[in-house]
Amino acid sequence: MKLNGDLIMDEQKEQNNIRNKKSLIECRGVDVFYGDKQALFGINLDIGEKEVTSLIGPSGCGKSTFLRCINRMNDVIEICKVEGNIKIDNEDIYHPDVDVVELRSRIGMVFQKPNPFPKSVYDNVAYGPKLHGRILHKDDLDAKVEKSLERAGLWSEVKDRLGEPGTSLSGGQQQRLCIARAIAIDPSIILMDEPCSALDPIATAKIEELIDELKDNFTITIVTHSMQQAARVSQRTAFFHLGKLIEVGDTEKIFRSPDHEQTEAYVTGRYG
Amino acid sequence: MPIYHGLYVSLWSTLLPIFLIILLLFFKDSYLNYIVIPFLSEETIDLGIDEILYVKSFLINNISSLSTLISSGFISEGDANLLVEKYQESRVVSFSSLVLLSIILGFVSYKKLSVRYDARRRVERILKFIFFVFSTIAVLTTVGIIFSLIFETLRFFSQVGFFDFVFGTHWSPQTAIREDQVGSSGSFGSIPLFTGTLLITAVAMSIAAPLGLYSAIFLSQYAKPKTRDFLKPILEILAGIPTVVYGFFAALTVGPFVRSCGEYIGLTVATESALAAGLVMGVMIIPYVSSLSDDVMTAVPLSLRDGSLALGATKAETVKKVIIPAALPGIVSALLLAISRAIGETMIVVMAAGLAANLTANPLSAVTTVTVQIVTLLVGDQEFDSAKTLAAFALGLMLFVITLALNVFAMIIVRRYRERYE
Ligand SMILES: Nc1ncnc2c1ncn2[C@@H]1O[C@H](COP(=O)(O)OP(=O)(O)OP(=O)(O)O)[C@@H](O)[C@H]1O
Ligand SMILES: [Mg+2]
Repeated sequence: MKLNGDLIMDEQKEQNNIRNKKSLIECRGVDVFYGDKQALFGINLDIGEKEVTSLIGPSGCGKSTFLRCINRMNDVIEICKVEGNIKIDNEDIYHPDVDVVELRSRIGMVFQKPNPFPKSVYDNVAYGPKLHGRILHKDDLDAKVEKSLERAGLWSEVKDRLGEPGTSLSGGQQQRLCIARAIAIDPSIILMDEPCSALDPIATAKIEELIDELKDNFTITIVTHSMQQAARVSQRTAFFHLGKLIEVGDTEKIFRSPDHEQTEAYVTGRYG
Repeated sequence: MPIYHGLYVSLWSTLLPIFLIILLLFFKDSYLNYIVIPFLSEETIDLGIDEILYVKSFLINNISSLSTLISSGFISEGDANLLVEKYQESRVVSFSSLVLLSIILGFVSYKKLSVRYDARRRVERILKFIFFVFSTIAVLTTVGIIFSLIFETLRFFSQVGFFDFVFGTHWSPQTAIREDQVGSSGSFGSIPLFTGTLLITAVAMSIAAPLGLYSAIFLSQYAKPKTRDFLKPILEILAGIPTVVYGFFAALTVGPFVRSCGEYIGLTVATESALAAGLVMGVMIIPYVSSLSDDVMTAVPLSLRDGSLALGATKAETVKKVIIPAALPGIVSALLLAISRAIGETMIVVMAAGLAANLTANPLSAVTTVTVQIVTLLVGDQEFDSAKTLAAFALGLMLFVITLALNVFAMIIVRRYRERYE
C-alpha cells in the first residue's frame, strides 16, 4: 500500500519537475475541508516562476478552493480548514508566525466577477498602495496609478475619467481595472479565478493578451473553463477532478497527449 | 382557469355589498335620527335643546331593547312598540336587500362566465382597484391629519403672533382660565422647547451613534453567524422595553448617579437633567442604529469585502474603507430614524429631564422638550379654544415640519450617494 503511494508521489514529482524553471509555489499534500466535507485531497503541485499555470477541471472539482489556498483567502470562510504544506519562495505560508495580511499584499487576486470598489477609478487603483503606505507622495501615487492602468491596458480608455466611479465602466474595463488594482500592489504572484467568464470575446481576447504580457513579470495562476483559453495563455496546465489533482504538465502535452484517460476525455470535450 | 372564474364571481357578489354596508354604517345615524324624531314627546320638546339631544341619543342607543325603552318613561308603550318595529323592519329590509343584491350580482357574473371567459384579467383589475383603495386610505389619513394640524395652528396664530411663537425665548403657557382671573396671558416662545429637544437628542445620539454603529460592525463583520443570531435579537429587545421603564430607570438611577458624579468633580447638576434623560434615551435607541446598519452592512456584496482583503487590507481597514462607504446611505437613514425616534420620545423626558422650559445649552440643567409640553398642554381640564390648547397643535405642526425636513434631507443624501456608488 505504502509503496503504491510512494510511487504516485514520485510520478507527480516527476511531472512537477518537467520544466527547468524554478518553482515559486510548492504545495505538498494539501487537504481542504468545508466543515466535514473534504473538497481537496492531497494536492501536490508546483507552480513555476514567471509563467502562466492554468487550472482546469469540471465545475465543483476544487479549482477555486485551491486558488484561495495560495493567498489564504480560505481563512475568511468560517468553516474552511486547510491542511498540508504550501511554500512560497521556500517560506511556509501556513506557519503560525506568518502575517496573513502581509502575505496577501504580495499576491494579487482577480475574481470571477469584476468587483471594483464603489469608488473612483483612481481610488480603486490607489487603494492597495495607499493601504500599505508604500507610496507617500501624491505625484508618486499618480505615477503608480498611471503605470498600473497602463500595464492593464486600460490607461488610454480611462485617462480622462479617473474621477468617475469604477462601477460605471463596462464589464471588460471593470475586469481590467481589477487587474490594474491587483498589479498596483507590486505582487509577485497573480491569481485569477475565471477572469473572463463574465466577458464577451473581444474583452476576453484583450485580457488574454494582457496575461501573456504580464507573465514576464509575474507568476500567474489562472482558473478557466475554456480549453482554448488554457491552451492560448498558459505554459503549464493542471487538471483537477473531484478534488484530486489528476495530472499536471506542459500545456502542450496535456492537450496533445495526456497520460490519463480522464484528462484526455476532459480536454477533448468527451467528459461526462 | 376555473379558480379565477370562481374568484371573479365571489368578488362581485361580496365586494359591492361590503361597500354598501360601509355606506350604510355612515348613514345609519342620520337614518335613526329620522325615525326617532317623530316619537319625541311634547314634554321633552318643551324642555329645551339639551334635554332633546339627551333623550334622542338615549332612544337611539337603546332602540333594539323594548323593555329599556318602556321603563325609561321617555316614550309611551305603544310608541315604543312602533319604534322597535320600525327599526327591526329597516334592518330586515336593508339586510335582505343586501343579500338579494349579492345573489343577483353573483348570478349575473356567473351567467357571463364561459370556458373561454377571461376572468383572470378582470379579477386582476378588481384586485388592482382594491389595492389602490387601501393605499389611498393611508395617504388620505396622513393628509387629513396634516390639514387638521394646519387649521388648528392657524387658529392659534390668530391669538398669538407667529413671530412670538417661532422666535420667542420665553415659554409659560399659563393663560387665565376664567375671565376674571388675574394673571398673564401666557407667553408662547417655542425656542426653549426646541433647544431642549435638540440638547437631549444630541446627548442621546452621542451615545447611540457610536455604540450602535460599533455593534453593527461587530455583528456584521466580526461575529460568527451563531453569535450574531443570538446577539441581534437581544439587542433589539432594548427597543421593545416600554419607555416608562426607561423613564423611571432614568429618574431613579441614572439621574442621581449623574448628579453625584457631577458633584464629586465640583459641578452643580440638577436632579432632573438633560444629561440623564439623554443617556437613557441613547441606550434605548441603540437598536434603531445597530439593527438597520447591520442589515445594510451585511448586504454589502461579499465580493467587495474579499476584493479588499485579497489586496492585503485588514478587516478593520476593509470596514472603514469599503464596507462603510458602500453602506453609507443605509447608515445615514438608520441614524436619522434614531434621531426621529429621539425627537418624538416623551416619557423619559417627563420623568428624567423635568418640565422647566430653560433656554440653555448646558446638559446638566433641567430642560423640557416639545413633545413633553404638548402632553402637559393637553392633560387636565381644557377649554378647546384656548390659546394654551391650540399651542399644542402649533407645536405638533412644527415638530412635523422638522421631522419631515430631516427625512427629505436623508433622502437627498441617500440619493446623492446612490448616484455615486452604483
Ligand atoms: N464556502 C463554501 N462552503 C462550503 N462548501 C464549499 C464552499 N466553497 C466551495 N465549496 C465546495 O467545495 C467544492 C469545490 O468548490 P470550488 O468552488 O473550489 O469548485 P470549482 O472547481 O471552483 O468550481 P467552479 O468551476 O464551478 O467554480 C464544491 O463541492 C463546493 O460545494
Ligand atoms: Mg470556481
